[in-house]
Amino acid sequence: MTGEHAAALTVVEPGALTTVQDDGRIGLARLGIGRSGACDRRSFDLANRLVGNEPGAAGLEVTYGGLRLRAERDVVLALTGARCPDVPHNAVFGLPSGSTLRLRPPVAGLRTYVAVRGGVVVPEVLGSRSTDIMAALGPPVLRAGDELPVGAAPGRFPDVDVAPVADPASGDLVVRVVPGPRDTWLTDEAWDALLHEGYEVTSESNRVGIRLAGPVLQRATEDELPSEGMARGALQVPSSGQPVLFLADHPVTGGYPVAAYVHDDDVDRCAQLCPSQRVFFRLAAGLRRPGPEGGPDRAG
Amino acid sequence: MTRQASPRFTALPCGSAALLLELDTLDDVLALYTALADSPPKGVLDLVPAAKTLMLHLDASVTDPAAVERAVREVSPRSEDRSTGDLLEIPVVYDGEDLEEVGELTGWGVRGVVERHGAEEWTVAFCGFAPGFGYMVGASHAWSVPRRSTPRTKVPPGAVGLAGEFAGVYPRESPGGWQLIGHTELAMFDLDRDPPALLMPGTRVRFVDAGRGT
Repeated sequence: MTGEHAAALTVVEPGALTTVQDDGRIGLARLGIGRSGACDRRSFDLANRLVGNEPGAAGLEVTYGGLRLRAERDVVLALTGARCPDVPHNAVFGLPSGSTLRLRPPVAGLRTYVAVRGGVVVPEVLGSRSTDIMAALGPPVLRAGDELPVGAAPGRFPDVDVAPVADPASGDLVVRVVPGPRDTWLTDEAWDALLHEGYEVTSESNRVGIRLAGPVLQRATEDELPSEGMARGALQVPSSGQPVLFLADHPVTGGYPVAAYVHDDDVDRCAQLCPSQRVFFRLAAGLRRPGPEGGPDRAG
Repeated sequence: MTRQASPRFTALPCGSAALLLELDTLDDVLALYTALADSPPKGVLDLVPAAKTLMLHLDASVTDPAAVERAVREVSPRSEDRSTGDLLEIPVVYDGEDLEEVGELTGWGVRGVVERHGAEEWTVAFCGFAPGFGYMVGASHAWSVPRRSTPRTKVPPGAVGLAGEFAGVYPRESPGGWQLIGHTELAMFDLDRDPPALLMPGTRVRFVDAGRGT
């Protein structure tokens, strides 16, 4: 906590995993540092908009509820993403000085975003306040007793008080994919499985990626792939044949083939999946089925 | 006016926020990377060079992969000496678990590996995998060491390794499949330092035998 902004919020209880997140670190791939940032960008952006913050102001990403936050002065908050019972959701509200906000485990979704008007202004690390779990960069994971400084209220006022946004899906989720750079590395049978069978979210999932369990995706080739750049939304297929969907803290490069990319908006939806939910992948409209014999036309 | 050669690459799809370019050689990758790093096309947020590819991260709100691909085709790759002036000496104790095996795989023996590793001028081609991890290529181009068939779940921090044509140093404990030939006490990544990473593309490196090898 710096002397500049007195602590406005105290973490009474952090819950299973609560981290500070913003838009992440952009442009540091040459240092092997990935972007990180909020996993569900749409919910994070909405929370900031609801409290009238500048886009990208840092807030909290709360995984599976459990957070208890005490206001040390009057603050203005908004909660988006995974809906926790008995607290205002997708709406701006005031938390008076001395009051405690308590987030119970969500009834829909996994990650709840807490925006505070003025933003959480913990010190930046390499230009961002995001906690990158994989690279171990950024503010430490929140613990009981942590004091969070909040910035000055921005000049603008919130322009929306309630956002009628649908809750995250609680059952099976259908997700759009496009063929990835190594789509020819899977057999036809593997593509059949990927596009027709459900893949279950396992509890080994985290901010790095969602580990999925389902029919094994067979490789069409024995080649080794030299490490290459990877991006958020990549559906990577390791030798186990069990795909991994990359989220915010994915590594900058990887040596396993990426067979497909999940549509950007659907990555936000996937960031709300809980273990045991199932994902069904569908080819985005108008695309030809990829496979070892020939994929989409390549620029030569 | 002499026409500069257009870059030769295959553009591979990666959704709406990234584009992966596949090139023929590492030199081609670095020549294109150097030119793009100097003046990136509109909407390009980051560049990730690797052994045979160059990934571009895009801001999908201002551009799209097709537009970026067109812009890249207009760029003149810069085939120049990419080593920056900085020479970094990395002290190594040659006590790695795989040193003997590397001696056999290369046919140089342990002593030969240690001597050549230290005599080589290494240059960081690109970074990735973890903060502070740089893939270094030797000027002699004599290195070609197969990875371990089974990766280790834990490689200690500071481990000095080899894989394919590359040398590397693990900045902290992580899983890894490289052949380990030694270790260094040097902190490869330190947030209190500016810049925090010792190895960045272009950094020249020489390994210095720091103690009892085998």
